[in-house]
Parts: sequence; structure tokens; C-alpha cells
Amino acid sequence: MERFLRIDRRFIFAIITVAVIISLILQFELPVPESEPVRRIYEKVESLPKGSHIMIAFDYDPSSKEELQPMAIAFLHHCFSRDLKVIGMTHYTGASGLAEQAMNLVAKEYQKKYGEDYVFLGYKPGGASLIINMGENLYSAFPKDFYGNDTTTLPALQGIDSLRNIDYLLDIAAGTTIETWLVYGKEKYKFELGAGCTAVMGPDMYPFLQSKQLNGLLGGLKGAAEYEALINKKSFAVSGMRPQSVVHMLIILFVIFGNVVYFASRRTRHA
Amino acid sequence: MRKDSNFFILIGSIGLFVCINIFLMASGKLPFTSHSFGIILGAGLTLAIYSFLYRDNPAFKIAENLYVGVSLGYTIIITWFNFLKPDLYDPLIVPVFSKAATKEPQYALLIPSLLGIFMLLRFSKSLSWLSRWTFAFVVGLGAGISIPRVISAFILQQIKPSLQPVFSGSETILSSIDTLLILLGVISVLIYFIFSVEHKGAIGKLSKIGIWFLMISFGASFGYTVMARVSLLIGRIQFLLKDWLGILQ
Repeated sequence: MERFLRIDRRFIFAIITVAVIISLILQFELPVPESEPVRRIYEKVESLPKGSHIMIAFDYDPSSKEELQPMAIAFLHHCFSRDLKVIGMTHYTGASGLAEQAMNLVAKEYQKKYGEDYVFLGYKPGGASLIINMGENLYSAFPKDFYGNDTTTLPALQGIDSLRNIDYLLDIAAGTTIETWLVYGKEKYKFELGAGCTAVMGPDMYPFLQSKQLNGLLGGLKGAAEYEALINKKSFAVSGMRPQSVVHMLIILFVIFGNVVYFASRRTRHA
Repeated sequence: MRKDSNFFILIGSIGLFVCINIFLMASGKLPFTSHSFGIILGAGLTLAIYSFLYRDNPAFKIAENLYVGVSLGYTIIITWFNFLKPDLYDPLIVPVFSKAATKEPQYALLIPSLLGIFMLLRFSKSLSWLSRWTFAFVVGLGAGISIPRVISAFILQQIKPSLQPVFSGSETILSSIDTLLILLGVISVLIYFIFSVEHKGAIGKLSKIGIWFLMISFGASFGYTVMARVSLLIGRIQFLLKDWLGILQ
């Protein structure tokens, strides 16, 4: 029994890796039922009329790309399929490439034109002060877009002077920007705010859902998978749910096994 | 394991990686393009980073340092082209020094620029006192803006759900139970953290309920954390199997 307690952790890493590889290769289907916070974001987008302005804050970088990029892509699919105008921006330097890639990739699929149907404002530092600046005047906060175009000339931004005119804002975040948007953006400029976050941050966001400060929440890869299923565009996130479920089952088994071995060995020692 | 055997494992792994790539290129699975070289580089760096799970090794160290260096280089470039150039260089420096400039220089930008430069003077012994001006400005402005907003968003708005009536008539039974649970959770956890009263009798029982609420919350956080870490692994393995090896379609 004692040797099971001293099992090499690399053995467990190997089992987990093999489980992920096998469950990715074997194409079996698992249901992805949507949760209430995810459905609320979906319904909000559905309720917006054509031409409404949606802002997406791509507040993440490559270290959390695996969770948040599928979320951003699924949300962009929904926005473009409903002919909404999308405005992208980021507080993270590392997000510029990822945001540009996601927006251009999905826009191409729906034959959307840059500048007319969507705009990427790019990166600006400042956090709270940038949000306040955007709330007062979007064009002074971003005089140029990511490609160096004068923002006042972009048709996609017509009718938008500040955050007050945004119909919906989704912050896809790997850090504390959701709280920053809440405190300095939503509270002050009264726009509706939804959030997508890494799974680690998920539980911290539930109080904001309870108080209705956030209209909805996409939590981790599961949130992304639920959204993909809702818009019927099953892709990376949904296929990632298979290994996710298998690995969770394995971890539960490991925990039970570890506890059984621990108590059994303790009893042997006391006997 | 002896030190030289680790060396041979490292060399063997690199050799295997090179052979796989030669096979992939020779068989046409990875075409001879810059995009393919990017994929190979990504695959190599992914494997180098994950090799740390076996043990610390030079391949991991190279990948780690490369990640930090590339991130920093990328940050500098993006900051210049997205922030410093359009917000400072073009409206202030160019009109001052270029005769061909059509717009008047925005001299107001000198104030934030100077404050920014003052911050960097922390490195100078004789001039570091100037940085206090910037810090005073930042702290004063930050506090002035933050205090009312933070109180409103994090305290007043958060108290609201705890003060909702449990039975108002329009509520369903489930939402009433939900409100009751929130009330019980908030009170019991708060009582658990009151240390000036001995946790005996009713207080002791309530603080025990508080412990249960805390444990459930920690369990939920742990579950979500596991999901996050596994998601990163899944994403990387999807990249290796799909983009690099072409096994997944």
C-alpha cells in the first residue's frame, strides 16, 4: 500500500496526456447543455436589431488563448451572422495579434468589410483611465485604429461618440479587467456588460451575475463550448469538452484512489 | 538517473523531433512554406515547455527565456505603433520638428509626457524627488475617481442581492430558496470570521455552517482551476495533433 502513496507524479501526467490524446482522436459525442449565464449573453445578442454596435474587449494574451480565443470566435460568429457592427479593442499588448486574427477570420466567412462592418481599435494602456476616456469621447481615446486609420472616418463607428452609445459590451478577460469595466465603465456610462473569462476566474464572477452587474458569463472552455453549441457552430471548444470530461473523471478516480490508499495504509500502520 | 543519461535523453528527444519533421515534410503533410516552419517551431517550443513535467532541462530553459524575450519585444513594438506614435509622436514631435507638418503641435501633451519622464527619474539619486509629483498626481487622481465608483460597484451593488425579500409574491420557490441560501451563507461566513466572540453554542453552529459554505466555494474554485489547466493542455494537444501531425481533421 505504501508504494501507492509514493507514486511518481510523472506517471499521472502521462496517464492524463494519453487520456486527452485518445479522447481527441476518438470522435464520440457528449451533450453540451447551455447554462443560464451563457444563454443570457446569447439572448441579448439575439434581441439586438441589425446594425447595433457591439464592443468586444479582447483582454487576454497567448497564455490564456486556448480558453478565450474559441470564446471570442464563437461570439464573433454570432455577431456577424446577425449583421451587428463589431468594435474590437484590448487592454493587453499580447492580444492585438489574436484579436486581429479572430476578427478577420470570422469576418471573411460572412463577407464583412473592415471599416464598414467591423473595426479593431487596437491596444492602449491605461486601464481605468482609458475606459473613462472612452466613456467621454471614443475618438480622443482612439484617434487611430489598429491599422493607423483615422477613427472619425470609419463608417462602422457612425453614431458612436462614447461608451454610452454602445448597445452591448463583452469583455473576454484573463485578468482583472472585468472589474475595471464594471467600476469605471458600466457603473458610470450605463451600458450593458457581459463577460467571458478563464475558468480560474469563473467563481469570482458569480457575485456580479447575482447582482445583475453582469448580464451573462462565459466561463472557461466550457462557456465557449456552450456558446458554440447555442449558435450551432461546433468547433474547438465543443471538441475540447470530450477530453475535459474524461480527464475530470480520471482526476475524480485518482482522488478517490488516493484517499482509499491513504486510509487503508493508516489502518495497516495502526494495526 | 545519472547526469550523462539525461543528456542522452535530451539529444534523443531532439533527434526524434527532427526525424518526425523530416518525415512530415518529405511525405507532404507539412508543405515547404514559412507557415509550416512556424508550426514546427510552435510544436518544438510546446514540447520544450512541457518537458519540464519530466524534469528541468536546457530545452525548457531556452523556450522559457525565448517566451519572455519575444513577449517583451512584441510589447515594445505594439506600444510604439498603437500608443506612443499616434498619441505623442505624431501630434507633438512631428509638427514641432517637421516643416511639412500640416497640423499645429499639441503642446498640452507636454504635461503628461513630463510626468511620465519624472517617473523614470526614480533611477537618478539627485532627481528621484521629481517622481513624487507624478506619484502624487496618480494616487490623488486614482483615489478621487476610484473611491465613489468602487463603493458603488463593489459594496452597494453587492449588498442588494442579500437584501432582497425572500417572499415577495412574484418569486418562485427555487429563487426564494436561492435568496435564503445567500442570506445564510453571507451571515454564517461573516460569523466564522468574527474572532472576538468565542465560537460556542449558536455562534459555534453558525460558524460551522460558514465553514461548509467556504469549503463548497473552495471546491468550486478548485474544480474551475482544474478545468482551466486541462483546457490549456487540450488546446496544445489539439495543435500538436491537428496542425503539426495532421492526425485530427
